[in-house]
Amino acid sequence: MKAGIVVFPGINRERDMAIALHASTGRAPAMLWHKDADLTGLDLVVIPGGFSYGDYLRCGAMAAQSPAMAAIRAHVARGGYLLGVCNGFQILTEAGLLPGALLRNAGLRFLSMDCHLRVERADTAFTNRYRAGEVFRAPMAHGDGNYFADDATLDRLEGENLVALRYATAEGAVTPDANFNGAARNIAGILSPSLRVMGLMPHPEDLVDPLMGGTDGKPLFDALAALEVA
Amino acid sequence: MAQQVNQALAKQFGLSADEYGRVLAIMGRTPSFTELGVFSVMWSEHCSYKSSRVWLKTLPTKAPWVIHGPGENAGVVDIGDGLAAVFKMESHNHPSFIEPYSGAATGVGGILRDVFTMGARPVANLNALRFGDPKLAVTKRVVDGVVRGIGGYGNCVGVPTVGGEVNFHPAYNGNPLVNAMTVGIADRNKIFLSAAAGIGNPVVYVGSKTGRDGIHGATMASTSFEKDSEEKRPTVQIGDPFVEKLLIEACLELMATDAIIAIQDMGAAGLTSSSVEMAGKGDVGIELDLDHLPQRETEMTAYEMMLSESQERMLMVLRPDRQEMARAIFAKWDLDFAVIGQLTDTGHIVVKHKGVVEADIPLAPLADQAPLYHRPTSETPKPAALGAVADPVGLRTALLTLLACPDLASRAWIWDQYDSTIGGQTVKRPGAADAAIVRLDGHTRALALTTDCTPRYCQADPELGGMQAVVEAWRNITATGGKPLAITDNMNFANPEKPEIMGQFAAAIRGMAAACVALDFPVVSGNVSLYNETEGQPILPTPAIGGLGVLEDAAQAVGQAIAPGQTLVLIGETAGWLGQSLWLREIAGREDGPPPPIDLTAERRNGDFVRGQILSGAVRACHDVSDGGLLIAVAEMALAGNTGVALNLTGDHAFWFGEDQGRYVLAVDNAAATLVAATAAGVPAAIIGTAQGQGLTLPGIDPISLTEARAANDRFFPAWMN
Repeated sequence: MKAGIVVFPGINRERDMAIALHASTGRAPAMLWHKDADLTGLDLVVIPGGFSYGDYLRCGAMAAQSPAMAAIRAHVARGGYLLGVCNGFQILTEAGLLPGALLRNAGLRFLSMDCHLRVERADTAFTNRYRAGEVFRAPMAHGDGNYFADDATLDRLEGENLVALRYATAEGAVTPDANFNGAARNIAGILSPSLRVMGLMPHPEDLVDPLMGGTDGKPLFDALAALEVA
Repeated sequence: MAQQVNQALAKQFGLSADEYGRVLAIMGRTPSFTELGVFSVMWSEHCSYKSSRVWLKTLPTKAPWVIHGPGENAGVVDIGDGLAAVFKMESHNHPSFIEPYSGAATGVGGILRDVFTMGARPVANLNALRFGDPKLAVTKRVVDGVVRGIGGYGNCVGVPTVGGEVNFHPAYNGNPLVNAMTVGIADRNKIFLSAAAGIGNPVVYVGSKTGRDGIHGATMASTSFEKDSEEKRPTVQIGDPFVEKLLIEACLELMATDAIIAIQDMGAAGLTSSSVEMAGKGDVGIELDLDHLPQRETEMTAYEMMLSESQERMLMVLRPDRQEMARAIFAKWDLDFAVIGQLTDTGHIVVKHKGVVEADIPLAPLADQAPLYHRPTSETPKPAALGAVADPVGLRTALLTLLACPDLASRAWIWDQYDSTIGGQTVKRPGAADAAIVRLDGHTRALALTTDCTPRYCQADPELGGMQAVVEAWRNITATGGKPLAITDNMNFANPEKPEIMGQFAAAIRGMAAACVALDFPVVSGNVSLYNETEGQPILPTPAIGGLGVLEDAAQAVGQAIAPGQTLVLIGETAGWLGQSLWLREIAGREDGPPPPIDLTAERRNGDFVRGQILSGAVRACHDVSDGGLLIAVAEMALAGNTGVALNLTGDHAFWFGEDQGRYVLAVDNAAATLVAATAAGVPAAIIGTAQGQGLTLPGIDPISLTEARAANDRFFPAWMN
């Protein structure tokens, strides 16, 4: 599996992502500066977290218009996998590669804490090392993670079974108390209809080492290590 | 700007009559407006340390592991594996009161630059915050803004904020303290310094453009506040963490080459202090042509450009043959890069603008003849003994009240707004251990980091308070298993022209120095913030200490969380010292008596024993006993581990809440072995209880459930702010 991490200016979790990918795949992913991002031959492209272009417009809005997005769209069009985490998720929604938008957290404050995620489907290239209904823990660190879409879009996502992860209690109950940022229907991560694009707000890449408090995030990267573009 | 330069203008710029006389003598003529500006900021308290230098020189600064002590942008210590830790703490007090968000944010930005300018990648931020009475609306506004500002900058720039401390006291009502600390990691053989060299070499400006913000910020930081502080808002800088992130990456990329001869960030007093210090340290002259300076606004004068404190800017001296390669790196990161001058052999700083020489100052006397004051000191009278104090409420109520008080309440509301996990190396997050533990990427080694000071002790007895601040930092690192290596100090005091304040300063330094020597814990960097008073109300003397230690194996670090079945062992002597304790203030409503005495020999012996036990693998959890005393320490361990404790000792309020120093609580599996080892080491040790159940039980008291204790501990910040 060949992975590449696209780095826009202001992205800051690219090293965390590289550590997690390296731990599962046994090799360092390509670090691709947005100005010269050649995605040829990659199975997986990752847009990691951060504050691209400072997020001074809407989060992710500037990067979504960047020339590098053309290469990323072409990668998806030829069947490549694409993962956007945190700011990466925001960029994918701004670019229209995933539906919806990420609004300010409901409490209007940045939130850095562990959350629990319930795996809504485990038959995707991203989630197949978890069991459906399994709950895992992940750090979150964002000011704008409150997933929003109109009811029709939300109904379609649920109807087509494209919700990958929901905020839940440690026991797996999808409750308002477990939904720290106020996301619509507790949505933490979604998939494209092709199941080859996933976006999520929390950071499983920061929980892949027992010393850092657990390995709850590692199955995600173990799953990615096994994928191959058909 | 055709203002007449005279003594009246000099006074307005913060120079005394005597200091202005010295300017005239050096120049041999009336200085230009720009020259007067340069003198006034270079000789401000903030830049010249004119009141504090004589005392700072008495601090111990050397140890075999110290690579660079005070005098550089930050301190540098050898941490093994060929690596160096680069660290410093710095204040942004005045700006954070005037404009809390930007004041705190730019405080973080400034200290980050002090660290990466030496070639280190920043890996951790910490802070030390003091605020006024929570009952005041202004305190709430300042806390909210400062926390947002620290988070806003640190989160965006991508450096985890892993630790810190917060106190409240009415003495900070008009003058909060915001002290920010950054720790970076560098190759120990690739430390970048600021001394310029090579006549004719280009002087290069990189980073953000220069605007009119922050002009005379250094001067503002060198005076007391009066009622008009709101009017000083234009002296507060605005930060851009996005540019800072680019600047870090671009500078580190360039530092991997051999292009840089010298580099210095533009902090207080901006282009003036960076150019003067680089040339001065290198014994060369420097000529700047401001026509080439990247500018954000039009029609800026030389004076404005030299004194602007616009953020996210660096000054470098490059090898001429590497100039174009360097330019390409900064173009990649979309940052300004401009050659604005060169080094000369004149020994002068010469500033040209539009073909006119706006300043021409000899550098040697600007530095050597900077004012240095031996200000009069008067000793703080020793507080009267406390005498017996009756317990008005009982242990149960006292414990719940203390757990809920602003100085002990859970800080989760604050930490939860700081990204503490970015980097993927945070072994112990905020609140998990006595010091934050950050592993070094690609190594098994980890840093143990803490900030500490107990201002109420410092107010009652500045010498003992200064000593206690250093000891507390050493103890917090020790309680994780870390070997304490060195400290950075942030000396926050009121008006040094008052003998009683200068006396506090001198005494605090004496106490700190004694602790540094006894614990082999030298000062390697620091910052002084004076004139912290508003309308004549001084702050509590606050020598904040940032401590750094190292663990060879991150996996050996222990936190505070206990688990069922473990035995709790108290290390150290308990006499029941209530003077200046939190119990005395919060329960008895008194702030008097002497603070607890410190036996530095016992501190060292107890701490070395505790660290040895942790590194031997015998200890499951450890917490030092500090604010609130023994029962608070035990309660904090119980809450951290979500496990109750059955305490088997009988004691009064002084026993459970006294703040005797040199103590730790260990959670161990084999208490008998711990006691044998303690006896062998000559360390007082006693079993105090067992970790079990879901509550705290003490002989003769109704049990306190963890739920009740947690509710009390969690209440303050959310109830206040949400």
